[in-house]
Amino acid sequence: MEVTEQMIQHLANLSRLSFSDEETKAFKNDLQGMIAFVEKLQEVDTTGIQPLQHMGDAVNVLREDEIQGSINRTEALKNSPIKDDTFFKVPKVIKK
Amino acid sequence: MNLMDKYQIVIGLEVHAQLQTNSKLFCGDSIAFGAEPNTHVSPVTLAHPGTLPKTNKKAVEYAVRLGIACNCEIVRYNYFARKNYFYPDLPKGYQISQHTTPICKGGYVTIQSTEGEKQIILNRIHMEEDAGKSIHDADDFYTCIDLNRAGTPLVEIVTEPCIHSSEDAFQYITELRKLVQWLGVCDGNMEEGSLRCDANVSVRLKRETTLGTKVEVKNLNSIRNVKKAIDYEAERIIGLLEKGEPVIQQTRSFNADNDTTFSMRDKEDANDYRYFADPDLAPFNLTEEYIQNIKEALPALPAELKHTFTTELGLSEYDAANICEDKSSADYFHSVAAINKHYKAIANWMLGPIKQYLNEHQIGYADFTLLPKTFSSLVNLVQEGKVNFSVASQKLLPELMKHNQDPATLAESLNLLQVSNVNELEKWVDEVIANMPDKVAEYKKGKKGLIGLFVGEVKKVSKGQADPKMVTELLQKKLS
Repeated sequence: MEVTEQMIQHLANLSRLSFSDEETKAFKNDLQGMIAFVEKLQEVDTTGIQPLQHMGDAVNVLREDEIQGSINRTEALKNSPIKDDTFFKVPKVIKK
Repeated sequence: MNLMDKYQIVIGLEVHAQLQTNSKLFCGDSIAFGAEPNTHVSPVTLAHPGTLPKTNKKAVEYAVRLGIACNCEIVRYNYFARKNYFYPDLPKGYQISQHTTPICKGGYVTIQSTEGEKQIILNRIHMEEDAGKSIHDADDFYTCIDLNRAGTPLVEIVTEPCIHSSEDAFQYITELRKLVQWLGVCDGNMEEGSLRCDANVSVRLKRETTLGTKVEVKNLNSIRNVKKAIDYEAERIIGLLEKGEPVIQQTRSFNADNDTTFSMRDKEDANDYRYFADPDLAPFNLTEEYIQNIKEALPALPAELKHTFTTELGLSEYDAANICEDKSSADYFHSVAAINKHYKAIANWMLGPIKQYLNEHQIGYADFTLLPKTFSSLVNLVQEGKVNFSVASQKLLPELMKHNQDPATLAESLNLLQVSNVNELEKWVDEVIANMPDKVAEYKKGKKGLIGLFVGEVKKVSKGQADPKMVTELLQKKLS
């Protein structure tokens, strides 16, 4: 698969990152290399093999519907860079 | 040519219903509404590194219960996927959802439309977690985030684009809301956001088979607004089509202040959510036995009960439909009907004076304290002619609500028992005849319809205690 600068921009956009032209080129080359490496796997014949969704064998790991484990608000807000006594705060999300 | 004959409206509805569990979908925080902001949060909700989600058993059960009631195929092998996008009220940067592999496939909800019974076909019902809440107007410079709601279990019920009028959409949401409440899987409260609806609306020429460009309308916080928003959109799109202007694929928001919609964003790029199976959550399998158990524990559904009430107990369609309006009302009727065969009278009581009492006190049958047994005695008291219906409903019922004792004893102590003692009745009848010589003369000349007037007068002077049947007989005898 050929990695294009457009793809890098798309990925950057999805990740809320922005790259300079130089960085975009560097990422393009790096990613191209990685994909080429992984593409080696496509040589394996997987006809008739179900995709592996989960690494473990565990199924039906469920919990009872019980209230437990909440922390208090002071603790909850502790690591937030912007906050008041009640809320997490983030730069204004433009509405409308 | 009428525009409505030229075009067909195509509507698909997405309803998010909050499951009535105690705790969140993947951790133990409470989901109770109205708590102080950011107090129902755990490290899992806050997406702290190293925390692991674990699926709530009850939420799965509720989703299956709803799926069975909506005639869906229940999928045996299930897993959760991550839907990746950034938004401040989504702490993990992804929403855990079943989007790609729903727990319930297909199915339908039956509605009563103006053209009779109709099936609204479902595409799927899937489970997912809710996001937190962004509050935009509390602070001048920042958006405030409350994560109490983040992780609340939801089911999304998605119809096929098979609805063609706002009225049918209205009926569908009404039925669905009733159904989730009936099953006890969601409280159905649209004002608090426990039930939310998005409408996808498009318009095409009548003979056209491909769908027109659709718009999605969000923020519909009442059933009435769903209808209004669809009406507004249909008219707006038809206007564009008539002028030959393009319809833009958009997400729009309903403005309840003036019943219009406005564009929130154009869908330029198709969204790229990069779904993949959540590696932190084990898949879950549902056995035939598990599904069967839920099916057997399902309460009789409104349509079924209505049918029983009309065919076996002889209620009218109207009465049965009203009794089955919610489950607590149907349950109450059921428990009274089990001990009292005056079914029609029970229905009359429930849809008349008792409904009025409940409305006045703004309560439902869940908080109605009159025991079915006491209520049954009250019904009998009237059926046996011991107390007249209007006296029983206006005087005896309010007293019963205060005391909850035997209605017959109470009626006697309040002097409400109907008098059928001829001597007493004669006194009242004579009094009325003496007071209305003109009317009596008219009656004697042949205006027999006046008998009702005399009976009414006797009723008045006796303060409702006179047995109207005996009074009528007495009057006829005395005036002949």
